[in-house]
Formats: sequence, structure tokens, C-alpha cells
Amino acid sequence: MTSSSGDYWKANIRLVAILLVIWFVVSYLFGIILVDVLNNIRIGGVGLGFWFAQQGSMFTFLILIFVYAKRMNALDRKYNVHED
Amino acid sequence: MDLQTWTYLIVGGTFLLYIGIAIWSRASSTGEFYVAGKGVHPVANGMATAADWMSAASFISMAGLIAFKGYDASVYLMGWTGGYVLLAMLLAPYLRKFGKFTVPEFIGERYYSQTARIVAVICLIVASITYVIGQMKGVGVAFGRFLEVDFEVGVIVGMAIVFVYAVLGGMKGITYTQIAQYCVLIFAYTIPAIFISLNLTGNPIPQLGLGSELTDKSGYLLDKLDTIVTDLGFKQYTAQNDTSLNMVLLTLSLMIGTAGLPHVIIRFFTVPKVRDARASAGWALVFIAILYTTAPAVGSMARLNLTNTIQTGPIGDPQANLLYAERPDWFKKWETTGLLQFEDKNGDGRIQYYNDKNPEFAAKAESFGWKGNEMVKIDRDIMVLANPEIASLPFWVIALVAAGGLAAALSTAAGLLLAISSAISHDLLKGIFMKDISEKNELMAGRIAMAGAIVVAGFLGMNPPGFAAQVVALAFGLAASSIFPALMMGIFYKKMNNTGAVVGMLAGLGTTLVYIFMYKGWLFIPGTNNLPNNAENWLFGIQPESFGAVGALINFVVAFIVSKVTAAPPDHIQHLVDDIRVPKGAGAAASH
Repeated sequence: MTSSSGDYWKANIRLVAILLVIWFVVSYLFGIILVDVLNNIRIGGVGLGFWFAQQGSMFTFLILIFVYAKRMNALDRKYNVHED
Repeated sequence: MDLQTWTYLIVGGTFLLYIGIAIWSRASSTGEFYVAGKGVHPVANGMATAADWMSAASFISMAGLIAFKGYDASVYLMGWTGGYVLLAMLLAPYLRKFGKFTVPEFIGERYYSQTARIVAVICLIVASITYVIGQMKGVGVAFGRFLEVDFEVGVIVGMAIVFVYAVLGGMKGITYTQIAQYCVLIFAYTIPAIFISLNLTGNPIPQLGLGSELTDKSGYLLDKLDTIVTDLGFKQYTAQNDTSLNMVLLTLSLMIGTAGLPHVIIRFFTVPKVRDARASAGWALVFIAILYTTAPAVGSMARLNLTNTIQTGPIGDPQANLLYAERPDWFKKWETTGLLQFEDKNGDGRIQYYNDKNPEFAAKAESFGWKGNEMVKIDRDIMVLANPEIASLPFWVIALVAAGGLAAALSTAAGLLLAISSAISHDLLKGIFMKDISEKNELMAGRIAMAGAIVVAGFLGMNPPGFAAQVVALAFGLAASSIFPALMMGIFYKKMNNTGAVVGMLAGLGTTLVYIFMYKGWLFIPGTNNLPNNAENWLFGIQPESFGAVGALINFVVAFIVSKVTAAPPDHIQHLVDDIRVPKGAGAAASH
């Protein structure tokens, strides 16, 4: 493995790690573990914890995947490993 | 026109559409049969993946589960969507770069071992078959209710339809049919939801309706729901009743299981490029999320409508309970299916629906002259199908829901059957037992395997072994504890070797199986369980359905330790891993 593709892989891992931390926080932390605390805050007629569990986490998952796809495509070009 | 005519018209019309698409897109090579020739646009592929993934369980059962379990059912919403994040970032692009047809093929080649490939084939077939049985049963139930034919006839018609378009079309036909099926099912799900949300809250977007005030100015929807259900002795809708540990593990099992289910993974082999595989997972989740974010609104509104239909006024007022003689039409229809049952315990000719297991409220109920909950059965699975009828929507909407339920079940069944047939014809025949088989014969073997799988699944669907709900847990447990870790370590841990992977898969699979069987009976045979299936006996309070996440962890740890004490994988395998980590050169791998 050349050093440039080694850097590419490290950048990839860093990106995935950051996105998976967010994935964990919105679903497990906000949606389950901290649900009662967050339910003290209300948006409209829904407690925030309940909202994360039944709506917010799914919207966040969507954003995470598209951010990942966009950033990875940029990394592919930066390290010149993109498809033709 | 009456409901029956509408149903024949809409269901018949959609079936003609599916078969027409199959004939138009007939597969002519193994590439087209297994992976649609890798020429499917990521948005189209995302839509097909969504139809593939959303089964009768998502369409019919999930909102009903939410309606009766409230907040606790969030685990299904998060678990069945969060897996796509793992799939997009940890598996899809790399497996696409690897550029082969099946999941066992990757495992066999990455771990340079036929044993690993066979173990993967077994996991795949067990997980897929158990899943198909449930779909065929769903098809039979939906037909039985709406076309008023026998359950068995419904299953046979469903088998014939799947046979035509899956066997002829292969992945190419399935992909285009699934796009049509997605459109049918998403219309069928959202149109009634929009009507009902508009009715109750004045907001046409169900996702916003969930957090809105009711049109009758009696407060927010969820607050009102919490009040009326707790007033009848039920658990508060928005409160947590399960333990946090169990919820976390169940969510994690469903997520890892989703990312490890072969018929979902296989979809990412069908896009032209690695970057399309990344986006494709996102598009799949967009199309899934349209249904999944609607489901909480459908569930809560159905519960509110149902409760209000029966309890029409203040609790305790004898006039405030619905007269059985005046029950609505949908009530009568579902009573004939046996899925809804009423028993006039106190003989007053009115319906009392409350939680008689709650001692505090049961005492109060007695003072009203109530003698127990009279809605002795409300099957959760009827909620989505009955919802448009409860809200008195037009007949064509109700017929559309029937077509949507069938589309969801058939699209998932077809995807699973393709995964089974490719495992048999490509992995077992071509890969191991008949290496010199010609492409034409392999294609024929694939079609025969699929036809065989349809017959087996149809037969088991007609005579379900009576444990449909348990086997779904098993399918997810299997996928989570065996397939996902092997794939992930194959990509992210270059030093993982064949012994580590095989021992890891067997350890993960074995512990998960043992844990499930200990509480649910060996091979699900009633009475053979070692311990009663309840919270006091569960290890750390972990329910068997949640154990897949623990099994996956065991797989990771065992594989890591074993790989440390055995020989590192050969150089060419380490180069293979380097190669699949970069997108460059993916085009070459696609051509066979």
C-alpha cells in the first residue's frame, strides 16, 4: 500500500468514526438513554426525546449517509483513487 | 362500485403491471439474473431496495405495534432504519468494489476457504427461508380478507405471481417490478395517513400531525392520547416501560441484522459504480423513511380513533360506551375474521374496552358495573388494514391498501427467493460442486432453484410451523451474529484469517441460537425450553430477540483472539483487502 492510499484509508476511518458517533448519539443516547431528560423540552406537542426516538433519529440517519457519500467522493478525488 | 369490485380492479391491475414488467425485462445472462447486469441507477436501485426491505411486517404490523406499545415500539423504527447507516459506511461500497454476485462468494474468497463459504450459505438460506415463510403467510391473509377466498388459495395465487416475474426476470425483472411495487405500497400507506391526519389535526402532513393540536381544540394529539389511555387503565402512550438496556440491545440487534441480511446487501451489487453504492443506501433510506416516519402518526391516530369509537364519552357514564348493536361496519367485518372479538361480560349490550390487568383501575371499573375488558381480542396486525375503514375513507382507498400490503409482501418474497437461488446455483453448484457448469446451465439451475424455493416457501406458508414471530427474531439474530461481523472484519481488519472468521461465525451463531432456544424451545418445539421465557430468567434481563447484538460481539472477540494465535492470511489476500478499500478500478471487476 502506498502512503497516499494509507492516508486515504485513515481519512476514511476518521470520517466514518465521526458520523457513527452522531449515529449513536441521536438514536441510543437521545432516543433511549436520555429520553426522560429530553422529554422536558417540547417541540409542538411532542417531547424531544420521544421525537428523536420516533422521527428525529431517522431524519439524522438520512443526513449522515448523504454527508458520507459526498465527503467520500471528495476524498476519492483528493487522493486520486476515484473511478474513471 | 362496491369494495369488492374496487379490490379486484386495483389488485388485478397492479398484478398485470408486475407481470408485464417481468416480460419486458427478461434476464438473458447470469449477470442480469443475479445482479441486473450492474446497470441500475442509484435512485431506482434505492427505490427497489426500499420495496425489497419493507415487508408485510413493515407495512401491516409495525404501525399496529406502535399503536399498542407507544414509545417502546421506537426500537423498531430506529432499528430498521439505522442499519442503513452501517450498510452505507461499513459494507456497501467495498462489496460493490469486490464486484461479485453473492455474499457467500465474498466470504469464501476473502477467507480463502470453502468452509467459510458453506457456513455463509447455510446462514443465508436459514435466514432467508424463515423470512419468506412470513411473507407468504401475509399474502394469504391479505388475499383471504379482501378477495374473500380461502387462505390457501391466496397463497397459491401469490406463489404463481412471484414465480412468473422472479423466475423469468431474475434480478433485472425483480428490480423493475420492485420499483412499481414501491410506488403502489407508498401511495397505499400515505394516502389514508394524510386523510386521517387532516381529519384529526387539520395538518395534511402526518409527520407534523403527530405533534399538532387536535381540530376539536382539546389539546395536542399525544397529550390527549396519553390522557384517554391512562384514564382507561392502560400504560401511558409516550412513556417508557421496557428497560433501557433491553431497548438499546434490541435496537442494535435490528440494526446489525439489517446490515447483515443477504437480500439487502445483494442490492448494492447492482449499481454501476462504487460511489453509486454509497448514494444508493441513502436513497433506499429516503424511500424507507417516507413510510417509517409516517408510521408513528398512523399508530397514534389509529389508537385514538379506536378508543374514541368505543368510549364515546366520559368514563363511568353508562351512555358513553358504544352499543354493540350500533357497532360500525368495519367492526363486523373484522369480527368475521376472528381477529377482533367481543364478549359482553356484564350483559349490558355495550362495549367496555379497558385494562382489567391494572388493579387500581379494575376496582374503579367494578364500581361502574363493568365485569372485565370486553374487547377480548384486538389483533395488532389489523390496525393498518382497518385504519381507512375506521376513518370512513372511500372504497378505492381501502382497496389500494390491500394492493399495498400485497406489494410489500411480494417484493420482499421475490428478493429473498433470488438470494436463496443465487446461493444454491452460484455458490454451491458453480462455486463448489460443479465448477465447469456453463453459464446457460447455471442460469437454468438458478431458475429451478428459485422455483423449488417458491414451492417450499408456499408449502411452509400454508402450514406455518406456528412460530412466525420467533423465526423473524432468529433471522435477524443469525444475520447479526454471523454474516455482518464476518463481512466487516473482512474489510476493516486486514489480518483477519480463515480460522478466525469461521470460528467467530460459529461462536456468534452458536451462542445466539442456544440463547434463543433456551427460552423459546429447542428448534422452537414447545415445552423443550430450559427456562421460562420471562424477564426474571433472562441473563441480565436481555430478551432472546435482543441477543443478536451480544452474539455479534462474541463473534468479533472470538475471531480477533483466534486470528492472533493462528497464521496471518497470505499476501495475495492482504492485497485483495487493499484493493477493495479504494474505488479505483471497480469497472474491471464488474465484467465476468
